[in-house]
Amino acid sequence: MTEDTTLLVGPFNRVEGDLEIRLDVADGAVGAAYVNSPLFRGFERMLLGKGAMDALTITPRICGICSISQSMAAALALADAGRVTPAPNGARVAALLHAVENVADHVTHFNLFFMPDFARPVYADRPWHSAAVDRFTAQRGSALRASIEARAKLLHIVGLLGGKWPHTLAIQPGGVTRAPTMRDKIRIGADLRAFRRYLEDQVFGAPVEAVADLTTLDQLEAWDTGDLGLFVTIARDCGLEAMGKGEGRYMSFGAYPHPEGPIFASGVWDGGAVRPVDAGGIVEELGHSWMLGSAAHPSQGDTLPDEAMRDAAYSWCKAPRLNGQTVETGALARQIVDGHPLALALAAEGGVRARVMGRLLELAQTQIALEALLARIDPAERFMVEAAAPRDGQGAGMVEAARGALGHWCTIEGGKITGYQIIAPTTWNFSPRDDRGVAGPVEAALVGAPVRPGEDTPIAVQHIVRSFDPCMVCTVH
Amino acid sequence: MNILWLQSAGCGGCTMSLLCAEDPNVFDLLDGAGLHFLWHPSLSEATGAEVRRLLAQVEAGEIPLDILCVEGSILMGPNGSGRYQMLAGTGRSMLDWLRSLAPLARHVVAVGTCATYGGITTAGENPADAIGVQYDGSHIGGALPADFRDKSGLPVINIAGCPTHPDWVTETLLMLAEGAMGSDALDGYGRPRFYADNLVHHACPKNEFYEYKASATQLSEMGCMMEHLGCIGTQAVGDCNIRGWNGAGSCTRAGYPCINCTAPEFEDPGHGFTETPKFAGIPVGLPSDMPKAWFMALASLSKAATPHRIGVNATQDRIAVPPSLKKPKP
Repeated sequence: MTEDTTLLVGPFNRVEGDLEIRLDVADGAVGAAYVNSPLFRGFERMLLGKGAMDALTITPRICGICSISQSMAAALALADAGRVTPAPNGARVAALLHAVENVADHVTHFNLFFMPDFARPVYADRPWHSAAVDRFTAQRGSALRASIEARAKLLHIVGLLGGKWPHTLAIQPGGVTRAPTMRDKIRIGADLRAFRRYLEDQVFGAPVEAVADLTTLDQLEAWDTGDLGLFVTIARDCGLEAMGKGEGRYMSFGAYPHPEGPIFASGVWDGGAVRPVDAGGIVEELGHSWMLGSAAHPSQGDTLPDEAMRDAAYSWCKAPRLNGQTVETGALARQIVDGHPLALALAAEGGVRARVMGRLLELAQTQIALEALLARIDPAERFMVEAAAPRDGQGAGMVEAARGALGHWCTIEGGKITGYQIIAPTTWNFSPRDDRGVAGPVEAALVGAPVRPGEDTPIAVQHIVRSFDPCMVCTVH
Repeated sequence: MNILWLQSAGCGGCTMSLLCAEDPNVFDLLDGAGLHFLWHPSLSEATGAEVRRLLAQVEAGEIPLDILCVEGSILMGPNGSGRYQMLAGTGRSMLDWLRSLAPLARHVVAVGTCATYGGITTAGENPADAIGVQYDGSHIGGALPADFRDKSGLPVINIAGCPTHPDWVTETLLMLAEGAMGSDALDGYGRPRFYADNLVHHACPKNEFYEYKASATQLSEMGCMMEHLGCIGTQAVGDCNIRGWNGAGSCTRAGYPCINCTAPEFEDPGHGFTETPKFAGIPVGLPSDMPKAWFMALASLSKAATPHRIGVNATQDRIAVPPSLKKPKP
C-alpha cells in the first residue's frame, strides 16, 4: 500500500506541450487530480489590431501538430464574418488536407505517444511484453519506424496541395490557393493507397473495411492481427477498459464540412439521442485559471493573464463548459456522435481502451472517407472564389481537430481584429476546475487511478492522461 | 553525441516537422550518425521524476551534455520572472533551466524562429514577453548574452524557420557530430549557411513570371506574388524551392507567398502578410543585392516585353496558354 501523499507529475512527456499534474494519493489510488498548463503564450492578444486575414498566418502557428485544424477554424471564422461560401472544390481540398492531418496525428499518437509505455520494464513479467518491446520501444521499435515513414509519405499530400506541413497558408475563406491538376489527383490517389497498405499491413493486419465494420465489443475482443491485435491483448490484460472512465458526455462540432456535408456529424451525446451543439451555451469560466475578468461566451471573451498568479488558481487554461457542464471531446466523441455502433458500445466503458480504440476506428473510417472525397474532386473546376477580406462582423469557425472540438470566434471592425477567442479541444478535456469547483474531464477521469507502491510517476496516470491525446500548446494559446 | 531537447514557448511544430525526415527516417538517420536523445519531450520514454533525476545529473556535471536543442521562444514575463513558462514538475522557469544548462553544453542549437529570434510568440504586443535564445528579434542578446559561446567557441546555432525543414535540423546535427561546423558555417544571424546562403526565390516555379513582372492579383493565380501579394522570396533566406518540403512542396509552389519565416521579426511585417506595401504604386521591398534604379529599369522593360503566354497565365489558376511548339522543318 502506498502512503497517502501528494505527487507532482512533470515534466509530462509524449504529450504535445507542457503539462503538470498534481495528485492527491490516498489508499493506493488517486483521490484528486489538478491539471496545470504551466505555459502562457497569448495568441488571442497577439491578434488584436491585426488585419483580419493575418489570422490565417498567425493562428496555425498556435499548434505544430494540429496546424491545419487551426487554419481551417480561422478560415471558417473569417468566411462566416465575411459571409463567404468557398468554392465547392476548394472546400473538398481543404477537407482533404484537414483529414490527412488528423490521420497523421492519430498515427503519431498511437505509435509515438501512447504505446511506448507498454515497453517499460514495469510490464516485463507480462506475456505480451516482448512483442511490445519489439514494436513500441521509444525511438527504436519497429512500429515507430514504420509509422513515421508512412506518416511522412502521407504528408506528401500536404506538401503537394499545401506547400508544407505544418503551417500552410493554402486554406483561405474562399477556397484553396492551389488548383490541383489531374496529375496531382492521380498522385494523391497513389499516396492514399500507400497509406492504406501501411494501415492494413502494420496497424490492422486486415482490410481497413474490416475495422470499420466492427460493431460489438465481442468482435473487438476477438481481433488478433496487427498492432490492433496487440493493443486488444494488452488492454485486456491491463484492464484498460475500466481505467480512466470519463463522465459520458461527448461533444463533436462535426468534421470536414464540404458540399456533401460533414463526414462525421456534429452533436452532443450523453446516453440518449444525439442533440445539436448549443454553441450559445458555451462559456469559459476563470475561477481556477490565472486569468482576470469574468466568465463569458467566446464571442464576448477576453484574455487578461493574471500576472500575480493567484493562489486560488493553478492553470493558464480556462475552463470551458457547455450549458454549465464539462464535456469530453476527441475521436471517440466524434465516432459516438456520428453513431458508429462500435463507438456506441465503447461509450459505455468510456475509459482508456475506448479512447484509443476510438482513434483506431477513426483511422479506418477516415481512410475510406478520404478515398471517396478525392474521387469527387474535379480538377476542371474552380478552387477559389473571389472574396474580399471582412471589414466588419463577427464569425465563428467550429471544426474537429484530431483531439476534438476546436472553435475560433472573431470580431472584425474596420478590417481589423478587435476580438479573437479560441477554445481548443484540450482546453475542454484538460480544463481546471470551474467556478463551482467541478473538476475538468481529465481531472475527473484520474480519480481512482491505481498508484503502485513506490511509484512517483504512476503508470496508470500516464495511460489515462495519454489516452486523451492532450495538445497543451493549443490549450495555452 | 547526446542531445537534450527542451521545448520552451512554441508550438512543437519543429519537432513535428523533424519527424517528416525521409530516406532514412529521423530515428535511423540520427542513430546512424551516433546521435541519440538523452531526452526529448515528444520522443523519449522517460517522464516525470525520471526526467527530473536526469536533469539533475546533467546539471551536476555527472552526465556530459553534447548538444542542447531548444525549440520555442523563451518567456521573460511576467515582469522578468519567466514564470509564464515553468518546466513542469520542477518549480523552475524554462529561462532558469536554459541559463543553467547552456554553459554545460558542447553546442547550443536554437530550433525554429521562436527559439532563434522570438518568432511568432513575440507577435503584436508580445504578451508573454518572449525572446530568442541568443537574439531578441534582430538584435543580438536574448535569454543568453550576446557574447555567449559554447564549449567549442560557437555562438548559439540558429536554425531559423517557421517551421524548420527537417533536413535543416538533421544536417546541422550531423555536421556537429562530424565536427564539420565552424563559425564560418554560420551567417550574420547565426543561421547555418548550407541553407541560408540560398534565397527562397532560387528555383521558385514562378520565376518565369518574375522575370517579366507578370503578377498574380489574388491568391490562387499562377503569376509572381511579389508585386501584389506580399511575397518576399527574393529577400528571404532558405533553400525551400531547391530542396522541397514534404516531398516536393513549398509555399510558393502551393500558391501563397513567402513570408520570410527564416528571418528575425517576420511575425510583424508592418502590413498584411499577403499584401505588398507600395509607395506610389511601386513595391517598397526590392530583391536582395539589387540596385534600385536597375531594378526599376529592368522591371519596366521586362513588363513591356511580357510574352502573351506569360501575361495570360499570370492571372489564371492553371495553365491557360501552353508554350508554343517549334514548327517542324519544312
